[in-house]
Amino acid sequence: MKTESTLEKILVSGQLAVTSECGPPRGALPEKVKEKAEMLRGCVDAVNVTDNQTAMVRMSSLSACILIKQMGLNPLLQMVTRDRNRLAMQSEILGAYSHGIDNMLCLSGDHPRFGDHPAAAAVHDIDSVQAVDMVRQMRDEGLFQGGQKIDGPPKMFIGAAANPFADPFELRVARLAKKVKAGVDFIQTQCIYNVDKFEKWMEGVRDRGLDEKVYILAGITPMKSAGMAKYMKNKVPGMDVPDEVVKRIAGVAKENQAEEGMKMCLETIERLRNVKGVAGFHIMAIEWEHKVREIVERAGLLPRPVF
Amino acid sequence: MITAERKPIEDLINSVSSYRRILLLGCNECVTVCSAGGRKEVALLSSALQMHFMKEGHPFEIKEITLERQCDPEYVEELVPYIDQADAVLSMACGCGVQEVARRFKEKMVLPAVNTKFMGASERQGVWAERCAGCGDCVLGSTGGVCPIARCSKQLLNGPCGGSGKGKCEVDSDIDCAWQLIWDRLKALGMTEKYEENIPAKDWRTGRGAGPRKIVREDLAS
Amino acid sequence: MEEFQPVIVAFCCHYCAYTAADMAGSKRLHYPANVKIIRVPCTGKVSALHMMEALRKGADGVYVAGCLEGDCHFRTGNTRATKRVAYVKKLLDEIGIGGERVEMYAMSAGMGEVFARTASEFTEKIRRLGPNPARVGRDNPGCATAACS
Ligand code: SF4
Ligand code: SF4
Repeated sequence: MKTESTLEKILVSGQLAVTSECGPPRGALPEKVKEKAEMLRGCVDAVNVTDNQTAMVRMSSLSACILIKQMGLNPLLQMVTRDRNRLAMQSEILGAYSHGIDNMLCLSGDHPRFGDHPAAAAVHDIDSVQAVDMVRQMRDEGLFQGGQKIDGPPKMFIGAAANPFADPFELRVARLAKKVKAGVDFIQTQCIYNVDKFEKWMEGVRDRGLDEKVYILAGITPMKSAGMAKYMKNKVPGMDVPDEVVKRIAGVAKENQAEEGMKMCLETIERLRNVKGVAGFHIMAIEWEHKVREIVERAGLLPRPVF
Repeated sequence: MITAERKPIEDLINSVSSYRRILLLGCNECVTVCSAGGRKEVALLSSALQMHFMKEGHPFEIKEITLERQCDPEYVEELVPYIDQADAVLSMACGCGVQEVARRFKEKMVLPAVNTKFMGASERQGVWAERCAGCGDCVLGSTGGVCPIARCSKQLLNGPCGGSGKGKCEVDSDIDCAWQLIWDRLKALGMTEKYEENIPAKDWRTGRGAGPRKIVREDLAS
Repeated sequence: MEEFQPVIVAFCCHYCAYTAADMAGSKRLHYPANVKIIRVPCTGKVSALHMMEALRKGADGVYVAGCLEGDCHFRTGNTRATKRVAYVKKLLDEIGIGGERVEMYAMSAGMGEVFARTASEFTEKIRRLGPNPARVGRDNPGCATAACS
């Protein structure tokens, strides 16, 4: 074991892990964080806390993580390279670990162009692969990125994202290999709607034995409506929603679309849990957090293991 | 080359309206090539400003001079006979040229007439695109001759990000994804294994990270 | 008050509009004497500066007359001229002179009538617009057109 992280313990034990996410509020109200996190109690192993997601200013990931930690839940600190240079990132990591936060996810982040501060400069001092390498070095070598010794190194369980659906497809396994080489422990993937393509990617992952080196949590987002399916298909960069998916959800009456979306996501989970190399699920129920318990329950993933 | 674009006429009119005699400067180098501030553009701007101030009944004189190279003290020196006859200088050179004139003539107001944009290349007639960010430690040898710093919207040294689609960048479908270009080139070169060499965090000191930079060539410096 | 006689400069391509003007003459088609024709080897030769300087030096209106689309003797001279006219229009709007004082026309060598009609219509348009404000300002130094004209 590299860390004390519960998520790591579950993954090492060979059981399917379940994570979900909580987007911090656009304001300074701690109750909002607690409300969302409470819905996830007992049904997930770690709660991803997003970092100014979609380049919109929100309560900082670290402070929301602390609130969640105080509730007795297990937060996972997301960190984008867009907003901080390597100094700020490392000090944030030290701070997080000092509060007992021991999971993190290294991302490059959406471009500011998409958010509420399009005039902001994007930092990108380092990229996500380099961020993984930095956190690994802090943990395993006890050294800052700049090479100096850390007095009490943070033992982070290190995650990163992978999008098997972005272009060029042929490069997507190679890009995962770069993250593995940098020292990533687990991966949370982009939302999977094109299951065939995902399986093809996993095949490539297995061919290179990468599934033996990294835990892959398959990204799942239930569709609430046909409108959402169309939006995801057409408006969200890097999202692959096949026509059949849109057709299927649009094919049922409006009041039944949510249930249809739920069924589809359960079918995806059922199919993917048998795919070799899938180590768990990352359920991103966007503005639908109260449904996570139902998904996990209906998927037969309850109760969650206790360590 | 360094590329530039003329500022909006309205801004230029405002910036010179309190002066009567203007020395309008062009430069024969980059800004000529990118049609922003060469002899032709100087003549056209001069014509436009004169016409505007004629209409306003505001007495206004322009002297047009296009220097061989406005970022070079040797050529800037050629302005000595004219500088006193002008109330202000309006320069169509890049920011380097504007500063060189300001440095040489300490008591003369020097105004920029163009917005200096980037180091780029001509994609086709009338279209220029960014190519290099002057990072001071070129990685083109590892990236198939396509710059990830200037041409990837997130300056990823180990891209592409998850937003790359159909060869285009997530930021704008007008922008080619630099990492798609890099990958295509590496494939064409039979060097795809190069992609998997992780590029370490960059030392930005060679770029803007350590403050304004200077090159000193001992063999040439006087 | 005497009727305002605008000065119009017409840049005419040797291969089409200029020949059309000739034809208009030989057919004794009437067109206003206000139009001063400048023969150019191709409208692609007419730069933004030519148009601007014509106006600055006192013309009230300027037009460029080139070949019909696809008929340019030098392939793309007329399309380039069209783009330049659009550019000059914008510039003239920005400096307060008004983009409607320049125009682009297309005609073939055989279109004497079109030449005569275009010349008359453009002259009338400029007559309605009144004198070039830059010229007015120049001739009445020290006072802005808005107050004096
Ligand atoms: S790597 Fe640096 S020097 Fe080379 S093209 Fe890119 S920015 Fe310019
Ligand atoms: S889409 Fe391509 S160019 Fe755009 S930020 Fe991502 S990797 Fe860079």
